[in-house]
Amino acid sequence: MADLPLDSAPTLPAAGGAREYVRIENVTKRFGDVTAVDDVSLSVMKGEIFCLLGGSGCGKTTLLRMLAGFETPTSGRILIDGQDMAGTPPYERPVNMMFQSYALFPHMTVEKNVAFGLEQERLARPEIERRVGEMLEIVRLGEFARRKPHQLSGGQRQRVALARALVKRPKLLLLDEPLGALDRKLREHTQFELLGLQQQLGVTFIVVTHDQEEAMTLATRIGVMDRGGIVQVGRPSEVYEFPQSRFVADFIGSVNLFEGRLVEDEPDHVRIRCAELAHLVHVDHGISSAPDATVWVAIRPEKIELSRERPAGDQNIERGVVRDVAYLGDASVYLVQLDGGRSVRVRLPNVERHASDRVARDEAVWIRWHPSSPVVLTQ
Amino acid sequence: MTSRGWFRNGALALGLVFLYVPILSMMVFSFNHSRLVTVWDAANSPTLKWYGELFASEQLLGAAWLSVRIAAMAATGAVVLGTLAGLVLARFGAFRGRALLSGLATAPLVMPEVITGLSLLLLFVALEQLTGWPEGRGVLTITIAHVTFALAYVTVVVQSRLAGFDDSLEEAALDLGARPATVFLRITLPLILPAVASGWLLAFTLSWDDVVISQFVAGPGASTLPMVVFSKVRLGVSPDVNALATLVVLAVATGVLGATAWSRRRERRLAREQRAARGGGR
Amino acid sequence: MARSNQALRQGAGRRLVVAVPYAWLLLFFLVPFLIVLKISFSEARVAMPPYAPLLEWAEEARRLVVTFNVDSYVFLLTDGLYVSTLLYSVQVAAISTLLCLALGYPMAYAIARATPRLRNLYLMLVVLPFWTSFLLRVYAWVGLLKTDGVINNVLTALGLIDAPLTLLYTDFAVYVGIVYSYLPFMILPLYANLEKHDLQLLEAAADLGARPVTSFLRITLPLSLPGVIAGSLLVFIPAVGEYVIPSLLGPTDQLMIGRVLSDEFFANRDWPVASAVAITMLVLLVMPILLFQRLQGRQPGVGR
Repeated sequence: MADLPLDSAPTLPAAGGAREYVRIENVTKRFGDVTAVDDVSLSVMKGEIFCLLGGSGCGKTTLLRMLAGFETPTSGRILIDGQDMAGTPPYERPVNMMFQSYALFPHMTVEKNVAFGLEQERLARPEIERRVGEMLEIVRLGEFARRKPHQLSGGQRQRVALARALVKRPKLLLLDEPLGALDRKLREHTQFELLGLQQQLGVTFIVVTHDQEEAMTLATRIGVMDRGGIVQVGRPSEVYEFPQSRFVADFIGSVNLFEGRLVEDEPDHVRIRCAELAHLVHVDHGISSAPDATVWVAIRPEKIELSRERPAGDQNIERGVVRDVAYLGDASVYLVQLDGGRSVRVRLPNVERHASDRVARDEAVWIRWHPSSPVVLTQ
Repeated sequence: MTSRGWFRNGALALGLVFLYVPILSMMVFSFNHSRLVTVWDAANSPTLKWYGELFASEQLLGAAWLSVRIAAMAATGAVVLGTLAGLVLARFGAFRGRALLSGLATAPLVMPEVITGLSLLLLFVALEQLTGWPEGRGVLTITIAHVTFALAYVTVVVQSRLAGFDDSLEEAALDLGARPATVFLRITLPLILPAVASGWLLAFTLSWDDVVISQFVAGPGASTLPMVVFSKVRLGVSPDVNALATLVVLAVATGVLGATAWSRRRERRLAREQRAARGGGR
Repeated sequence: MARSNQALRQGAGRRLVVAVPYAWLLLFFLVPFLIVLKISFSEARVAMPPYAPLLEWAEEARRLVVTFNVDSYVFLLTDGLYVSTLLYSVQVAAISTLLCLALGYPMAYAIARATPRLRNLYLMLVVLPFWTSFLLRVYAWVGLLKTDGVINNVLTALGLIDAPLTLLYTDFAVYVGIVYSYLPFMILPLYANLEKHDLQLLEAAADLGARPVTSFLRITLPLSLPGVIAGSLLVFIPAVGEYVIPSLLGPTDQLMIGRVLSDEFFANRDWPVASAVAITMLVLLVMPILLFQRLQGRQPGVGR
């Protein structure tokens, strides 16, 4: 990773130097001509919540299914707790999975669903009953033990699926879009519940999701996937604030990207000429790139200021006209067309309650950003 | 209601009349006294005379008992093989020879019976020449033939049932530590049970009803009920066959209505359960 | 299913699960056809079995003699009886299929548009006769169609006819028998198709100015085509080879191909010709199936 831009991103000290629990080594999976997972290497530490984040078809679910043992890698190795998993069927892996569809057995009660996994371990009846009871208490479903899945709400079903997987006391829990089937309000609530449970039981989580918000709130680290490969791994704030590629910058959150060329390259600052901007972009940190190379300047919409008057200072200021305003409640997004023709998104919190105070459509405005805000990308 | 509504409901009513009048007429005339079957002998009817003759006929009763035995054996065999084939086709993914199996398992559905009958008879003849088995033709060869064509129906029923189930249910069971055999017995089988049951009934009916294939593969010793009835009615209308038909229709209607009520109740519950368990995701 | 369950596919039991039905179907379905194919190329002989082997060890010549004989096929093609029988069978099956479609389509349509409660009742009523004996239901028509049968008696009593009509042992009786026996096979695939139609499509068509007839012709009918094809094949193919219905209801001077095959085998004991008839039928019937599968393959999402 030496040739990546050193955007002063801190290197990755995963979860306090904990022990590596899952190791994925050069894993590739092909279905016929389609390469679903392409030479992925990854380490997940004990006790982590690791999120695989990516769009549909990026290979994240296939990777998860290989960890569970439903698919075999075409090449490469998967080690869990130091053990090579090749040839180990799913029913012998120290891993449990929570399915996106929950996959609750429709013909069994909640109790029987949760007991199923323990019965496979041939535990004694009283032991099974005790552990099922405990687990149902933890997920607050004690009174629903005798119900069938169809008699439960979506959130309750999600908790049954979780209880069923956790009752086996796995060291590693795989979660496939754990909140995908829940409505928005319930998701937020459940997210925090999931975090609480994970800390309480000390299980390592690997979560697959396409929802960046879900990944941001749950994850200790995020692995962003694209077209079968991992494109960046880091803590949520790192992935957001220090994306290493245009794909990551664009996929996570919203971003304004400007193509340009380095015209001044100093250790403590750089200047970049962008055709779409009237002035040079000033960035207050150095980057490692060949002089005169093509780079991209990425600026998040919330890191841009908007004003009717020309702001003080002479750096990173551009002029434009507001073409559109999207009111989102807590914030508004302004589409500002610069003099050069390029549109820029600016996001401002709605501090004032009265719309009359805010900048409106067709107003001439100035935008400005701090020299520390832009991220310079070379790929 | 629009004119089109009248048209289609009229067609439906007409079609249902068409479907039921022959059966009802046959049932009515089973109580007719006259041997001239279709001429209602008002003076002496209704009568149970033909039912009496029917139950006195050892030939018909013997053939009926033989048919029941063959149908039960054939249905059981077809359900075992058809469930396996349906499972393989729905759940085992792509493997070499899958296309051939799929073709072989569904071809009997559209195969004209005369061809199936002829080819099986020729097989039995050739087998006996080569190996001495099966010795002659009779109950065994009829049963084998019936299993072969009925298993196609069971396969289709089971396969489409499995296709309607999320296979993550089975994966979840594996993930929770169940071995494949346990998964089948505790998850798959309970879920496809209605399909297996209706497959059995279907196979039973097909076997119980078959004339053409049986005629090819039956030996001189074994005459199933349809074979006996066919040779009787080829010569014209036979009043005791009307009586037999009435009994068969009543028995089948009771059985089918009961089975449908049972499976519909179960089906509705399972569908509800599954819809719910899927949680609206995916 | 793109992602099949790999874990279920592994293990020793798996091979057994595949092997058992496979072995049965190979032995009792595929091998018999190869035998039929083989015998169709053999020479007839007065013996048991009444045909000559394809491979024979000629003792005096000390070599293997392969007798590959197309006499049976030549006989089929040159003897007018077989060609006309085959054409007649196809004609009867085609007319019956069209009649079945004409009756079955509006029925399926009415069922698909009925309220859910009625829908189940209607489906039940359509399927119920199928569960009762096929043979006995065909037989029921003998009593209805006879010269002194129920239909003639009723028509005479009503004064609509003077002399009884000849209904039994005619082509008409065969059409009636086939339509009657195979109607559920037409209705069920049509219903399965029509039931899945999104009724909003019709609302959209109406919204765009289409009258009901236009909506039906431009939206419903084209979308239901896979159902029409499936239902028609389910009726047509078995109807061509139908044996029981023409035997009980059909004319005695014009036989259908299934009957000819059976007579050739049992009455004439000409196994090679009977086999050749079977192979010919297969070729003629397999073609429409292949055609159908190609058609279906091109129409993803609809039908089934």
